[in-house]
Amino acid sequence: MNVAIIARLTVREAFRRKVILGVVLLSLAFIALYALGFHLFRDNYLSLEARRAARTGAGPAPSYAVSASAMVLLGLYTVNFLTGIMTIFAAVGTVAGEIEAGTLDAIVPKPISRWQIITGKYLGFALMLSAYIVLMVCGVALTAHLVGHYGPPHLVHGTLLVILVSMILLSLTMLGSTLFSTMTNGIIVFMLYGVAVTGGLVEQLGTALNSDTMVRIGVGSSILLPSDSMWRLASYVVQPSLAISFIGPNPLGTTVPPSDRAVHYSIVYCVMLVIGSVLVFQRRDL
Amino acid sequence: MSESVSQLSDVAIDASSNKPAIELRGLRKVFRDQVAVDNLTLSVDYGEVFGFLGPNGAGKTTSIKMLMGLVYPTSGQARLLGRKLGDRVARRQIGYLPELFRFHEWLTGREFLDLHGRLYGMNEAERRKRIPDVLALVDLTAYAHKKIGTYSKGMQQRIGLAQALINSPRLVFLDEPTSALDPLGRRDVRAILARLRGEGVTVFLNSHLLSEVELSSDRVAIIDHGRVAATGRVHDLLARDLRVEFRLGSLPADLLSELAKLVEVEQVVEGQRTVVMARAASEEAVAAAVDLLSRQRVPVYGVTPERRSLEDVFVDVVAPAREAGR
Repeated sequence: MNVAIIARLTVREAFRRKVILGVVLLSLAFIALYALGFHLFRDNYLSLEARRAARTGAGPAPSYAVSASAMVLLGLYTVNFLTGIMTIFAAVGTVAGEIEAGTLDAIVPKPISRWQIITGKYLGFALMLSAYIVLMVCGVALTAHLVGHYGPPHLVHGTLLVILVSMILLSLTMLGSTLFSTMTNGIIVFMLYGVAVTGGLVEQLGTALNSDTMVRIGVGSSILLPSDSMWRLASYVVQPSLAISFIGPNPLGTTVPPSDRAVHYSIVYCVMLVIGSVLVFQRRDL
Repeated sequence: MSESVSQLSDVAIDASSNKPAIELRGLRKVFRDQVAVDNLTLSVDYGEVFGFLGPNGAGKTTSIKMLMGLVYPTSGQARLLGRKLGDRVARRQIGYLPELFRFHEWLTGREFLDLHGRLYGMNEAERRKRIPDVLALVDLTAYAHKKIGTYSKGMQQRIGLAQALINSPRLVFLDEPTSALDPLGRRDVRAILARLRGEGVTVFLNSHLLSEVELSSDRVAIIDHGRVAATGRVHDLLARDLRVEFRLGSLPADLLSELAKLVEVEQVVEGQRTVVMARAASEEAVAAAVDLLSRQRVPVYGVTPERRSLEDVFVDVVAPAREAGR
């Protein structure tokens, strides 16, 4: 019950502070822009195809799915990136900010356990972020279907992985918020996020250049923060195999998907970080 | 649920017994190498309004924060309503207004009280009945629908007081409850304290406004450097070390030395009337002095006790320690 009260309070705060309104408006703008981009892409692609067919007399090329898949990948990458940033910004001060402001002074003495405060906040953010991701992925998929006449495979699996990316960042940000001030936490989490993204890029380059050292750097960064590796797995599952082999190693995706063990690691990572947040907050003087 | 009800009745048993509502034994808090509270030992009975005084940095707020579960004691024991610190059944019957009151500004006054009612485990019917009552109590009914962010400091303190009382608590901790209030607001808080006392609610009051504590409290403790430097009933503290002016007729020297055995004579001014300035340990000592003078047929034209305030007591207790520390 107390967990639900705090989760409700967290969601309510996001609505009241007009965070949701701002996010919805900007997301609608993104979807509109994405739809326009997809439309222009398809028009250009089809006219190029028509010219090529007229020139060579050959039938339609099978590469439309590859290009459309790249457009979907671009859309999902943007959703993943925006959600990642939003996760960090939303949760960076959720505990530290309340301690700094003193608002927890009236909450903690109530008949509520500290673990319920942390779990409630986590649940509130997790619900909002998951709902946002589902809506945004639906927006991208609908655009691909209606404008691009293309349907990406394994969309549910991919969506769950993008949600996992957000939960990884949320867990890390929550732990940081129980340990550090809002500003310090923001800097640390953003730096780690940057390390994870850069590590992922280094790993892709390593794959392309056949460099074990570079791949190991990427794997190391995935252990530190597995958000990028889970995104790459998401990108792998939502592309047809033809597109993966055609595009090859690239900044947005991968040709070598992380294993099931990496997914299990990420889930355990989230759970451990949330438990860590509870333990730190439980012992902390306010 | 049934367990909660039985536990609640346990607390009721505690109240009817002689156990105090607040019991602290050797409570200590050390932040790194800084001792904030050192061996704090005191008890407050059920139904008392207890003033908790001390200079800045004496450890008052840290002490209250320990009792509220915001700060963990380094050592020592504390029981509230007969239960260990953090006990959830006890917490359901405790209200708290923090010193630095900051609340969720994006909530309206009514939503804020509803949130805290929920946290106390009050059901919807209880909240619907209680919220208008506490809003009226703190005179914020007309502002219930407005966001707390739009409230003045004084209004925020009053809504904070309302959340501390939303659960009809049996024990209330008020940390500087009038710091942001104007004189009218302070008078309202005094009336609320009187009402709480009438209802048998135990109040633990930390305030810098000593005149207010003097008016509202049954007993006080003055703490300094994290320890209790003085404690007692307000009346007794004010009566202790009384200054008295005797206006007398002629006073023989041997009688003056007899008088000096009962009160500490500081000054004697001879004139048309003999004026003796003295310090007495208690009101009883003054009565004994008057009795002596009457028996010896010395005309007593006037006995004027100098009205001491709690501030005088406070200064007497705290100033010597401060001087010694310099």
